[in-house]
Amino acid sequence: MNNELLTGDLVRLTAEDPQIIAETFSRWGRDSEYTRLLDNDPARLSSITKTKEWIKKVAEKEQILETFFLVRSLEGNPLIGFVGLFGIQWNYGDAWVGIGIGDRQYWGKGYGTDTMRVILRYAFTEMNLQRITLGVFEYNPRAIRSYEKAGFKVEGILRQYLHREGRYWDEIMMGILREEWMENEK
Amino acid sequence: MKNDLLTGSLVYLAAVDPQTMAEALSRWGRDSEYWRLLASDPARLHSAKATREWLEKEMDNKRSPFYMFSIRTLEDDSLVGEIGLDGVVWSHSESFVGISLGERRNWGKGYGTDAMRILLRYAFTELNLQRVSLTVFEYNPRAIRSYEKAGFKVEGRVRQFLNRDGQRWDMIFMGILRNEWLNRNQTSTIA
Amino acid sequence: MSDMMEIQTPLFEGQLICLASIDHDNDPEIESQWTHDSEFMRMLYTEPMRPLSPTQVKKKYEAIEKDLKESQNLFHFTIRARLDDRLLGFASLYWIEWTNGAGMLKLGIGNRTDRGHGFGSEALRMMLRYAFTEINLHRLGVTIPEYNPVAQHIFAKAGFVEEVRRRQAINRDGQRWDLIHVGILREEWLARLA
Repeated sequence: MNNELLTGDLVRLTAEDPQIIAETFSRWGRDSEYTRLLDNDPARLSSITKTKEWIKKVAEKEQILETFFLVRSLEGNPLIGFVGLFGIQWNYGDAWVGIGIGDRQYWGKGYGTDTMRVILRYAFTEMNLQRITLGVFEYNPRAIRSYEKAGFKVEGILRQYLHREGRYWDEIMMGILREEWMENEK
Repeated sequence: MKNDLLTGSLVYLAAVDPQTMAEALSRWGRDSEYWRLLASDPARLHSAKATREWLEKEMDNKRSPFYMFSIRTLEDDSLVGEIGLDGVVWSHSESFVGISLGERRNWGKGYGTDAMRILLRYAFTELNLQRVSLTVFEYNPRAIRSYEKAGFKVEGRVRQFLNRDGQRWDMIFMGILRNEWLNRNQTSTIA
Repeated sequence: MSDMMEIQTPLFEGQLICLASIDHDNDPEIESQWTHDSEFMRMLYTEPMRPLSPTQVKKKYEAIEKDLKESQNLFHFTIRARLDDRLLGFASLYWIEWTNGAGMLKLGIGNRTDRGHGFGSEALRMMLRYAFTEINLHRLGVTIPEYNPVAQHIFAKAGFVEEVRRRQAINRDGQRWDLIHVGILREEWLARLA
């Protein structure tokens, strides 16, 4: 039995106090490239208080519908991002994954891929879900590559889903199945 | 795909109407044997009002969906009992099941066994569970036989769990696995 | 062992450990670390393990206090080192059915380095005495997952007997496991003391 479920090669998943989450999110949110890679909503600065309220709502929501972690680098223990499973449909065993590496110095170095590996292992061997879905913007090739490395396959394209910087962009839907993940792990 | 999922040969499973079910449960509970076959806590009398409030709270519970059904006879639509999946553990794909038939004149007619068959079909082909568990008291041989007929196997006894009528009684655990159920029901349901 | 039954022999003080109440100010930080240890969590709980922040642990403790006050069928203790009162783990008597004299027990030592020193075994002995001679239960039950042979051994040594095996009740690490219920009766425990 795996006894380091929340630990990968580069990162570990943690639960943090609302104040810490709020401050960190606020800091990351000031980097507009981060928010545009992450989110459909218009990039917006969020005060610590507002972020705290949102976190409180998420944390107190019915746990079984979503589960949310912060990500720390194993070296030095700094907070570098977050990852979570959302919209869990228990009777079909399906959930969405959302991930964000907030600190630029950790982009392109494998931290996102490692985080995704850890959360997939959690999803498939602790929550025993059957599939994981995600959406990624076409202007985020680094993420797309990372997800493919983690085993995701493209399942569809939401054409002209986003409107940013004066043009339309597609959102790419990707998914991974439990048995595919188990095969890859062998 | 089978479309009369909730219909058996003697009974069918229907939605719970809080007022109707509360009145029935309150009435059935006046026969202490009903209670003592069903529950380990001391037999007591519950008003329809209190029962209704409890039911509505359960139905509203956001943490887990409400899987309780009314049991009604096909013959004349009368409400004879209730059956439900109590506490579905999604990450392990398993749940406990509980059933009770209200009036003594409806016991021993096969209603319980039929209702359980329907519920298991629902559990294994609609909720896609991997196993279903139940507990039953050793002084309820009729129920034990009925559950065995439905495919449950005894998995153990919690010794001297109950203290009733000056005597101690075991609580028996039973369980049925998905592949066991599929083997028994090869011909009928799978689409 | 029979001096366990003396009124003067303390219920809450052992040789290595003490049973104590929750320190709401300092314990949350420590228990938060335990909840990040998937080995600890998977051994003790069947729900998918979820790490908790100190704030979330504090909330959990508040819920326990509320339950202790209101429900009357829960007895929750922290396990602390006798030497320096350091938090080692927890022990809980729950689902107590007074009219039937039945209850459930759960206990665990949080930090890997604190296991294997006899803290858990002593806590178990003290909890058994508390359950059978202070709360006067007739029987005590424990659930243990099949993949936790260490716990199976500890409870078997203490006199618990396997009563139920819920086949394939747990799905973990890509495999299905049985959930074992073990139990001990008051008369069995008394006989072992003699």
